[in-house]
Amino acid sequence: MASLRHAQKTGQSVLAGKLARGERARKLTALSLIAPLFLLLVCVFGVPILAVLYYSVDNPLIGKVLPQTTAAMAEWDGRALPGDAAFDAFAADAKLAYKAKTIARAALRLNYEIAGFRSMTMKAARRIHRFKGASIKEELIALDKRWGDIVYWRAIKDASASYTPRYLLAAVDLELTWGQGIVQVEENRRIYLAYLMETFWISAVVVLLCVVIGYPIAYLIATSKPAKQRILFILILIPFWTSLLVRTAAWVVLLQNQGMVNDFLIWLGITDQPFEMIFNRFGVYVAMVHILLPFMVLPVYSVMKSISTDYMRAAASLGARPFSAFLSIYLPQTIPGLGAGCLLVFVISLGFYITPALVGGRSDQMIASLIAQFALGTANWGMAAALAVVVLVCVAAIYPIYHRFAGGDRMKLN
Amino acid sequence: MSLKGTLGKWTAAVVMATTVSIGVAEAREFTIASWGGEYQKGQRDIFFAPYAKSKGMKFLEDTYLGGWAQFQAMQETKNIPWDVVQVETAEMARGCEEGLFLQLDWSKIGPKANYVSGAASECGVGVVIVSVVIAYNDDLIGADKPKTLEDFFNVKKWPGKRGLRDDPKHKLEFALMADGVPVGDVYKVLSTPAGVDRAFVKLDEVKPFLQFWKAGAQAPEWLGSGDVVMSTAYNGRVSSAQKSGRNLKMIWDRNTVYLDSWVILKDSAHIETAYGYMKYYSDPKLQAEYSMNVLPYGPSVKDAVQHIPAKVTETLPAGKNVEGAFVTGSAEGIAFWIDNLDELTERWNAWKGQ
Repeated sequence: MASLRHAQKTGQSVLAGKLARGERARKLTALSLIAPLFLLLVCVFGVPILAVLYYSVDNPLIGKVLPQTTAAMAEWDGRALPGDAAFDAFAADAKLAYKAKTIARAALRLNYEIAGFRSMTMKAARRIHRFKGASIKEELIALDKRWGDIVYWRAIKDASASYTPRYLLAAVDLELTWGQGIVQVEENRRIYLAYLMETFWISAVVVLLCVVIGYPIAYLIATSKPAKQRILFILILIPFWTSLLVRTAAWVVLLQNQGMVNDFLIWLGITDQPFEMIFNRFGVYVAMVHILLPFMVLPVYSVMKSISTDYMRAAASLGARPFSAFLSIYLPQTIPGLGAGCLLVFVISLGFYITPALVGGRSDQMIASLIAQFALGTANWGMAAALAVVVLVCVAAIYPIYHRFAGGDRMKLN
Repeated sequence: MSLKGTLGKWTAAVVMATTVSIGVAEAREFTIASWGGEYQKGQRDIFFAPYAKSKGMKFLEDTYLGGWAQFQAMQETKNIPWDVVQVETAEMARGCEEGLFLQLDWSKIGPKANYVSGAASECGVGVVIVSVVIAYNDDLIGADKPKTLEDFFNVKKWPGKRGLRDDPKHKLEFALMADGVPVGDVYKVLSTPAGVDRAFVKLDEVKPFLQFWKAGAQAPEWLGSGDVVMSTAYNGRVSSAQKSGRNLKMIWDRNTVYLDSWVILKDSAHIETAYGYMKYYSDPKLQAEYSMNVLPYGPSVKDAVQHIPAKVTETLPAGKNVEGAFVTGSAEGIAFWIDNLDELTERWNAWKGQ
């Protein structure tokens, strides 16, 4: 009896096992089907974003190039000039690093902390192997009295940590000081927040203009006959397929002082002095709205075409005037498309810099131009990453607010 | 030399990715990186291809976009996609200090005395001299023509916008010279905080009139269309605009002189070929041919001027035009900008936006 029950149980568990295996196989098949997509997402979005986050705090250079100095100063409290041990360790590191040609990169990193620290370090590294006296400390200070100034040693200590908050702080115009904690940087170096605000402001205005211009266009397309619809679509899509640079350059040709628009206005006699329409904020708005308009029109259109005309007719038959019918019946139904359009235009606007650089004036530059300057020009990747993180955080913070107002759950990205 | 300028740079990431994937150094041919476009095409016809032919070898080309990003990628990935590359002075100095570029054995190239001042250095062999001059549109400027550096700042006599490259480097020197600092004392003044303030105060005089350019092509375009009355511009760009019919004029007074250099990547597998290439590039006749027939930049070897008619030399950054000019490649100038670039760029951006 016991053995029978046992056999039954085994039979059941065999069956359950088979079932589970089948289930697992199915799950594996399903997983393997979405795996390429998942991997693509991880590689294209996940990894780069994590890398940017990491780069914004990563700080391995000084620890690697000046390891003995880093160790000698690990316990240093920063209140008084470090003792001979730190100076000796620095001399030993500098000698080796000078031979290995790594000192220049370390010196440049130290220069981020205090301008001028680079040449001071290089000068020391070139001379240090000729030091003969008993005290390296004395000789180093004799070579350049700044070595006797505690701020430079604090800078070495700050720079030698494996991870640093300095880039992220600098990206919001703050710095970490000894004594006062985190403070704002001096006034003529406060730029990043101002650029960030300017970037958000420009993007917001562009969104608004895109709504004002794009909404009626989308409505026109959605309510036109198919033949006309096709023509309107082509008119929207051809510029959409043209290179951004070409379109921006075209605006320069059109709007400059002796450009076509000004020539035409002068010919008409409307003005005898050309209007300044480019290389200022106006030019930036014109060019950006032109580039981004399809991102507004397309999602709004896709929502509009699914709205039945019956609703508006019902509203009219119930006595609503066209305007109030539009406000209370039509507009709310287009909100999902409008929301998607606004979000797309806003987020893409935040990353613009070629267009403002080409058609903007002195004070129309956006944060992305600074990121590019750091990433490609001076190759200060920590600072570039930190600024990117700040923009990313701002967008992430805005999204929930926006979600609440625009009802993002109903949002339709086509 | 920013022939391609900042605009080209935004593709840097893409180019970097491709150059990184190009593969193992031994397997590839001798690779030359220069500044692309019309400039590099001229180099190919006069220097690259004939040299390769004389050696019976193949070669590859690539484009360098300026700045340090491409070199930093090489340092971090240890993948060296080029053998020789044409760089500006600041990058040459940095790459030399950081051990990325080879320290040259000049006995393999030629006597240093053959080169113009600064063109024969520890890691670099001069390629070409480029000047940034003040240019104006002769059709639009009126009867009274500007002649000096100071006139750029004279907004009473010549009202209207002025084009300036969007970059603090060498603009602060430009302002100090206009404020009466002799060319030789510029860095003595600029290396004090008071000197930097003085430069910004001078720039404040024209600040409401400034319109910043990034790509070298923008300045002559703006001058042609009358959007600016004067602009700093690369001399070669102005010459090209003149050839295409624009009546632009150049002011050579204390123009800003840049020297580009060839450097050899230290881990190159073609070092001897690279030395031969540098020697070949230093041929006065070929350099003269380039200056006359391709782009009007100045030769880096002294004797080249003898092969150029005096009339043509007057339009080049050579001979009389570079005497009394402000030369950017001095040791103190390079050191000043490596030390202060980050801080002054921040201040420049803040100043610009205010």
